[in-house]
Amino acid sequence: MSTTLRINGKTHQVDLPDDVPLLWVLRDEVGLTGTKYGCGVAACGACTVHINGEAVRSCQTTLADVDGEITTIEGLGTPKAMSIIQQAWVDHQVAQCGYCQSGQIMQAANLLTDNPTPSDADIEEVMQGNLCRCGTYPRIRAAIHSAAQKMQEA
Amino acid sequence: MASIGKIARRTFLIGSAAIVGGVAFGAYYVSRPAPNPLKPGEGEAALNPFVLIDQQGVTLFAPRAEMGQGVKTTWAALIAEELDVELEDMRVLHGPAARAYYNSAFMADALPNRGYDVSDFQHSIGEVLGVLGRTLNMQGTGGSTSMKDGYKRMRQAGATARETLKQAAANRLGVDRDQLKTANGMVQAPDGTSMSYSEIALDAAKLDPVESDLRPRSEWRLLGKTQPRVDMIEKATGTAEFGIDVRQPGMKFASVRMNPRLGAGMNGFDATEAQSMPGVEKIVDMGDGVAVVANNTWLAMQAVEAIEVDWQEAPYPPETDQVFARIAEAFDDEPNSTMRDDGDADQLPEGAVELTAEYQLPYLAHATMEPMNATALFEGDKLTLWCGNQMPTIHQWKCAAEAGLESEQVEVHTTYLGGGFGRRVELDFSILATRLAKKMPGVPVQLTWSREEDMRHDFYRPGAIGRMRGAVKDGAAVLLDGKVAAASPVAQVMDRIAGLPAGGPDKVHVEGFFNPPYAIPNFRMSGHLSDISIPVGFWRSVGNSFNGFFVESFIDEMAHKAGIDPMEFRLALARQEWAPAAGVLEAVKEMSNWTGQTPDGVGRGVAMCYSFGTPVAQVIEVFDDDGNIRLNKAWIACDMGLALDPETVKAQMSGGMVYGLSAALFGEITFANGEVEQGNFPDYEALRMSTMPHTEVQVLETQKHMGGAGEPGTPPAAPALANAIFDLTGKRARRLPLMHDFNIWT
Ligand code: FES
Ligand code: FES
Repeated sequence: MSTTLRINGKTHQVDLPDDVPLLWVLRDEVGLTGTKYGCGVAACGACTVHINGEAVRSCQTTLADVDGEITTIEGLGTPKAMSIIQQAWVDHQVAQCGYCQSGQIMQAANLLTDNPTPSDADIEEVMQGNLCRCGTYPRIRAAIHSAAQKMQEA
Repeated sequence: MASIGKIARRTFLIGSAAIVGGVAFGAYYVSRPAPNPLKPGEGEAALNPFVLIDQQGVTLFAPRAEMGQGVKTTWAALIAEELDVELEDMRVLHGPAARAYYNSAFMADALPNRGYDVSDFQHSIGEVLGVLGRTLNMQGTGGSTSMKDGYKRMRQAGATARETLKQAAANRLGVDRDQLKTANGMVQAPDGTSMSYSEIALDAAKLDPVESDLRPRSEWRLLGKTQPRVDMIEKATGTAEFGIDVRQPGMKFASVRMNPRLGAGMNGFDATEAQSMPGVEKIVDMGDGVAVVANNTWLAMQAVEAIEVDWQEAPYPPETDQVFARIAEAFDDEPNSTMRDDGDADQLPEGAVELTAEYQLPYLAHATMEPMNATALFEGDKLTLWCGNQMPTIHQWKCAAEAGLESEQVEVHTTYLGGGFGRRVELDFSILATRLAKKMPGVPVQLTWSREEDMRHDFYRPGAIGRMRGAVKDGAAVLLDGKVAAASPVAQVMDRIAGLPAGGPDKVHVEGFFNPPYAIPNFRMSGHLSDISIPVGFWRSVGNSFNGFFVESFIDEMAHKAGIDPMEFRLALARQEWAPAAGVLEAVKEMSNWTGQTPDGVGRGVAMCYSFGTPVAQVIEVFDDDGNIRLNKAWIACDMGLALDPETVKAQMSGGMVYGLSAALFGEITFANGEVEQGNFPDYEALRMSTMPHTEVQVLETQKHMGGAGEPGTPPAAPALANAIFDLTGKRARRLPLMHDFNIWT
């Protein structure tokens, strides 16, 4: 059956069973591969996207559950026009292998919308669902603080 | 193509070759030129290109895989330093699989010396032996070898390219080469005329390459300073292509299920239910497993799970207890190696106090963030493979065999790796993707493991047992006598890759065991190999990952027995043996303001390990949070000899420590019915933002040789933490993970 999705401001028609998780719709059907598969069980955060601005784990959101506008890492900014938070990630040289970072950035973007000046404790609380096997946490924390500051100035 | 000019330079030659629209410079090797990735014509020697200058500008091939260690950036900086181009003006590509990219440092590390004590003579022998790496076709990324290997060759290629371009410009302008300068990818004449490298590239291709001395360190503008990583923007925007992101026209998605009893076969399967599931296009018998091809990875995973399979029994003892009993049997046999045997370890020195301890460490999974996958396209006489891998030439060779082709008929595209840690040295993902692609000629197919399949089909860090005996007298260690038993990753990898038995003493098995840089007069360390067939492989820092724990836990026990502060106890032993080892201890002592005293409710531990050419010391601080143990702070000091990019080194040190701490706290792979019990992150936890200690890293550069960065941060992490927990609780951790014996805050 055919489902209509709004992703990064564009409309897509997809033809997949409605229990397929959004993650795999994005990656294998729509071709947006920036959103990553890490665990499939809500334990790593690599698949984080926004629905109506809220961070959700796309591996846990079935096609039938999607209700609203989807934003993926590709919709947050592009290499030529990065969002403030992506720029902070580059400035702080956060990534090592980089595989977890789309999810980290999407989660952090949502944190900053909800809480424009997060403390270390706030960051720990919100970001603990996002695993990084390379251990980039200190730089993620620093990048979030500096993005927060830039957004205040903007 | 012009004939190739070359300059002799140690064990390699710098050569140049004409290419379409320009010139290539690179290294090529003594005695037997390896086939050229640029495919030179009949009668032409082979060149291994590192830098191409054509009408598009300057392109660099980084022949090492980027798995997060910043290798792309640092290799580029090595060339740019001599070539006088800016990093942001170069394109950096990962070179195609080619035997010429052999990794000399891999082999040099296999020499039976202690590493830190090599003389210059031994060091150059090591380099020469590195040429042997080529006979194994080792183009590898691992063992923290990337920078050691490229350090001279890349700079030499850059310097030769620069001087040759200057000569071409000098010929055109009718001036002496010495009068010309280079900057920003341009040659400049005294009269103000300037020409871009692209303009003169074709002329340069007609010249013999011009040799030049390397610039001294005092003149460096890029090296030794932190450079912006060239892969950051891609990784912050979701545009970096990992193996799992490869998309080819008409590509199908597949998933696999291999026998969870590792290494055993399959009696048969029933796929009736899977066959009729949505999206399913094909069920494939993979020999000792099954695969499903579908139009979506998730649908393929669901269907492959629905297949009923009759698996054969495990070829090893099926329960964890039996596995370790079997490993312990190796102690009954003659040791495979006794690479340290100083003084008389049988005799207890007069007046000394003896102590013994046995430690046991679990099997561990790599758990890279990106689950294993590979994409393959088989077209009868050609196989194309896309995957993240740490050994492209070996993948090419083994997949050719799987497909019934010659190596030359296989093209390997190495993507970014979503974590390597040693897992991507293995070949299973490429071989299985090839097996599947062969059944679907003309159709590209991407094979992705579920996380559970990935965790249950790893090549694990071997479970290991350490039996330690020591003696202290007058506040110092006077005897250390240790035995380690575990299966050998080297023996298994040699068998998997080459079908060859690994003979002789297995140095990797006892790394960090026989060579801790401590002066102890009676010092004997032996390695016992278990032949248990559970698949094992190279896990970040390999043998050091367990040996570091055995030695540094036991040294702590000895210090305690001797009644000496564990920092001072180590310092005294290290000072007499090797100054850089003492230096990193001094550094963490100062950074952490170590006094030997901690307030109630706080514990501190220290450990120092030497691995992959780098001594690293760590102090970890824990505290009691309402009955639970929490990590508070960590201090790391390393001595790199030369840190080409200090921020990258810091990131690797801190990341290496996190990898070791995660394993120490939560990591274990256990067996029931011959199957791995853990399947996903909830059963194989790791440090997270909330459990990560605040970390400071200091990079020293006092030792003579250049050390590795990727692995040495891992070995001291577990013992430093266990020693801190002892300081806090008075209880020794003789086994890991710690979560079984202590209340760990999560
Ligand atoms: S893939 Fe969704 S949380 Fe891990
Ligand atoms: S950067 Fe590698 S998993 Fe986070």
